[in-house]
Amino acid sequence: MQNAIELKNISKFFGDVIANKNVNLDVKKGEILSILGENGSGKTTLMNMIAGIYYPDEGEILIDGLPVTIRSPKDAFAHRIGMIHQHFKLVDVFSAADNIILGEEFQGFDIKEEKSKLCEKFAKENSEFENYKPEDHPGILSYLSAPKFHSEKEIKRAVSVLPLVKISKRLQFNWLSRNRAQTIQKIAYKYGFDIDLKKKIYDMSVSEKQTVEIIKVLYRNADILILDEPTAVLTPQEIKKLFDVLRRMREDGKSIIIITHKLNEVMEISDRVAVMRKGEHIATVNTAETCEQELTEMMVGKKIELNINRTVPQNSEDRLVVEHICATNHDGVKILDDVSFEARSGEILGIAGIAGSGQRELLEAIAGLQKLNGGDIWYYDPSKNNEKVDLRSKTPMQIRNLGVRLSFVPEDRLGMGLVGNMDLIDNMMLRSYKNIKKLDDEDTVTQNNSDIINVAKDEQIDNTECNVKAEQSEEVKNNSNAFVAFMKKSGKAVANVAVKAWSAVFLDRKSPKTLAETIVKDLEVVTPSTRTPVRRLSGGNVQKVLVGREIAAAPTVLMAAYPVRGLDINSSYTIYNLLNAQKEKGVAVIYVGEDLDVLIDLCDRIMVICGGKITGIVDGRAAQKEQIGLMMMGRLSQSEGNDSVKPINGDEQGEVEREDI
Amino acid sequence: MFVNFLTTAIRFSATFLYGSTGEIIIEKGGHLNLGIPGIISVGAAVGCIFEYYLVKAMGTSVPALLILIPLLMTMISGALMGLLYSFLTVTLRANQNVVGLAMTTFGVGLAGYLISDIQAEMAIIARASKFFRDMFAVQSDNWFVQIFLSHGVLVYLAIIIAIVVQIILSKTRVGLNLRAVGENPATADAAGINVTKYKYVSTCIGCAISAVGGLFCVMDYMGGNWEYVLEGFGWLSIALVIFTLWRPALSILGSIVFAGLYILAFGYIEGISFAQTEIIKMLPYLVTVLVLSISSMLNKKNTQPPAALGVSYFREER
Repeated sequence: MQNAIELKNISKFFGDVIANKNVNLDVKKGEILSILGENGSGKTTLMNMIAGIYYPDEGEILIDGLPVTIRSPKDAFAHRIGMIHQHFKLVDVFSAADNIILGEEFQGFDIKEEKSKLCEKFAKENSEFENYKPEDHPGILSYLSAPKFHSEKEIKRAVSVLPLVKISKRLQFNWLSRNRAQTIQKIAYKYGFDIDLKKKIYDMSVSEKQTVEIIKVLYRNADILILDEPTAVLTPQEIKKLFDVLRRMREDGKSIIIITHKLNEVMEISDRVAVMRKGEHIATVNTAETCEQELTEMMVGKKIELNINRTVPQNSEDRLVVEHICATNHDGVKILDDVSFEARSGEILGIAGIAGSGQRELLEAIAGLQKLNGGDIWYYDPSKNNEKVDLRSKTPMQIRNLGVRLSFVPEDRLGMGLVGNMDLIDNMMLRSYKNIKKLDDEDTVTQNNSDIINVAKDEQIDNTECNVKAEQSEEVKNNSNAFVAFMKKSGKAVANVAVKAWSAVFLDRKSPKTLAETIVKDLEVVTPSTRTPVRRLSGGNVQKVLVGREIAAAPTVLMAAYPVRGLDINSSYTIYNLLNAQKEKGVAVIYVGEDLDVLIDLCDRIMVICGGKITGIVDGRAAQKEQIGLMMMGRLSQSEGNDSVKPINGDEQGEVEREDI
Repeated sequence: MFVNFLTTAIRFSATFLYGSTGEIIIEKGGHLNLGIPGIISVGAAVGCIFEYYLVKAMGTSVPALLILIPLLMTMISGALMGLLYSFLTVTLRANQNVVGLAMTTFGVGLAGYLISDIQAEMAIIARASKFFRDMFAVQSDNWFVQIFLSHGVLVYLAIIIAIVVQIILSKTRVGLNLRAVGENPATADAAGINVTKYKYVSTCIGCAISAVGGLFCVMDYMGGNWEYVLEGFGWLSIALVIFTLWRPALSILGSIVFAGLYILAFGYIEGISFAQTEIIKMLPYLVTVLVLSISSMLNKKNTQPPAALGVSYFREER
């Protein structure tokens, strides 16, 4: 088979950072190639170079065997390359159709050709006029549709403005036709998309937006399609639909490059897999001749185990009880509708649902950020012998002052979790600047921090390596605590007073610094230093910093919304193990996830939410992916789900069986 | 009395209409140009200087030239200011608010400097002023004709420009592309639109149109007198953009409302003190604040400012 696109020794540098180094890659015509790699392994950068967003520093790109230069997205279109970005490139306030025709090129306008066309049209209409007999067309309004005669003068005038028309077309002053949506709608139907293109983007669901992106590329006649993590935000049913579309396009002879973190999808959809690691291309293998384990090893560069070690919950007791809470958004639409559940200590409660079904609002309600219209939230304080504390309508600061140790890893990392322009240390401080340092407490908390993080690591990486790490972090801690140790020696009482006076005036920068360093080390955060603004880190690393900080606060309730979104396999499992370690310590963990396989492997109970309503809570050990998928769409309630795994009608049963194979 | 008031309001509205139409074009491209007051001042000053030398050199024999040449020069000077602004904000990606405010300070100062030479001889300019006022004006006692047809050439031009800009923005491909640039430059870029080019051209054209507001104000409304009020009119133009929710066609009505509120204090209400006059002059700003609060409270997607307004775009930013 001929190569549709070939990359030769491509390199790209961002300052001192090597994003891609000597990458060689080829994609054949009519095949689906997956690109696998950890976060920051340069997959997206590489694809952006093909799509014209970045320009390679070294190397060349060949299309159909000929070297080409792609300096801008425009060039990429010219070479029939279309990219569907991870973050959709759509204008929210435009209709889908307008988004699709956006930036369309000036079509050649030949004056001579147009002139002959125009003359032909006039001649035809004139002949029609001659043959027209009014008596053949009765009716009062028939004269409106009767052909009109065009004089010589009129024709001349029409021809003489043609150059002006050309200029205005070149300047793109051409009219947007009134029925532009219908024209494109035809293309959509041709490929089997069922979507209303007159709809505005802000009214669309994620999968609809993705469909618009795909139609956009098809409209531009792209032969090479690049999809950057297209499945991250879709439900299993939507993923299946997408894959059907991709297969249809492959049969059409198009070449497809797909980036994804999910190994099962790679195995399902692709013909070949290219593995990238640290900006370099490791290997390309045929999907049929490989397995998930082998791919992971190639990707990470060492043997790792892809198992989530789920233990049976010990001494579970209710920690957080939510009763009948309701909330509405700005437009008065109900986003939480009579939600009740309890989170138990030593247990992971998973929340599954289509993106935007109320997960975010639910967590924010517990954290004290969402106004409620009714219902109650109770917290049982383990340090006060399970005393009942009312969390409803409290601000986050009030909740903290009540002694409730609640940690929240929000979905919007840089919006709610961390301050992008501040460095790691300052971001650590955001959670601790209010604390007046107490000598004894501080000791145990730091101890705690490194412990939990190390526990998680232990399970994952070879023991020897981890020991070295633990020793190192011990050393760091010792150094940083030297000041404290010295104070202890010189008399605890005096020191206490002095430190209190000191920290009442000045911020404590030392422990945040230690914490930042510990997190960087133990969670393998890739950053130039702890002084780097968080905004400059890649998504996965930002997430590690955030999760690390929240866990270090030694919570009793830990809420995490999509904590592994955009993270590679290795980092994802680090996070899963961290959550598991928290569970074993008796923390009530609430985990909002999108990968159903992971939810089923990780969680003790899975709560499914659909349109702000709880459609059911299922046991994580007995749950079925298809069952949860249907519950997510509100097509199956818990009662039905409990007595049988079989979906409601025969049609879907067929689907499920196929997926099982 | 009422006819008189409405006539004056419509005439005066052109100042704001030029300014806001220009600013809308700029903001649709994603740039918040707070330099409009400066640009209007410079435009007026440059126009006056050319007017002065033209009248001195050839008298008032060819009225058309007395209008066209200063108009052209005003637009060029505005476009040059726009070019400076775009170079700083698009190419060097400087903070738009800071650059805008600097342009205002610079522009007002420059205008004062330029006009200082000829300020003593403004009477010469005033001779040309009547062509601006009377060239297309119809004189009649009929109230309809008085209100709508008794204006100078630049008033009609302002309304035509506003309508044309509205059509281009909402109905043509170039308008679609420009709006995309202002809403989401990364998307526009990925769609193959030359974002830098669109930003430069829209800013320069917008500034050129805005500058005419200054020329109109001096030559037509104030009858060839130079007063240091242009800066305030510039700010009102920017407020008008918000008032009309980024729609040039709506801005025709909005500018009349603004002008009406502004001139209300001058002779149309009897027996008010100087302090009360000043308070009435504040009304346009108050109305803008109200409109802004209401529109953001309603939170309708189609009444919001361009999403990327004020944000510099750099393709390779990570």
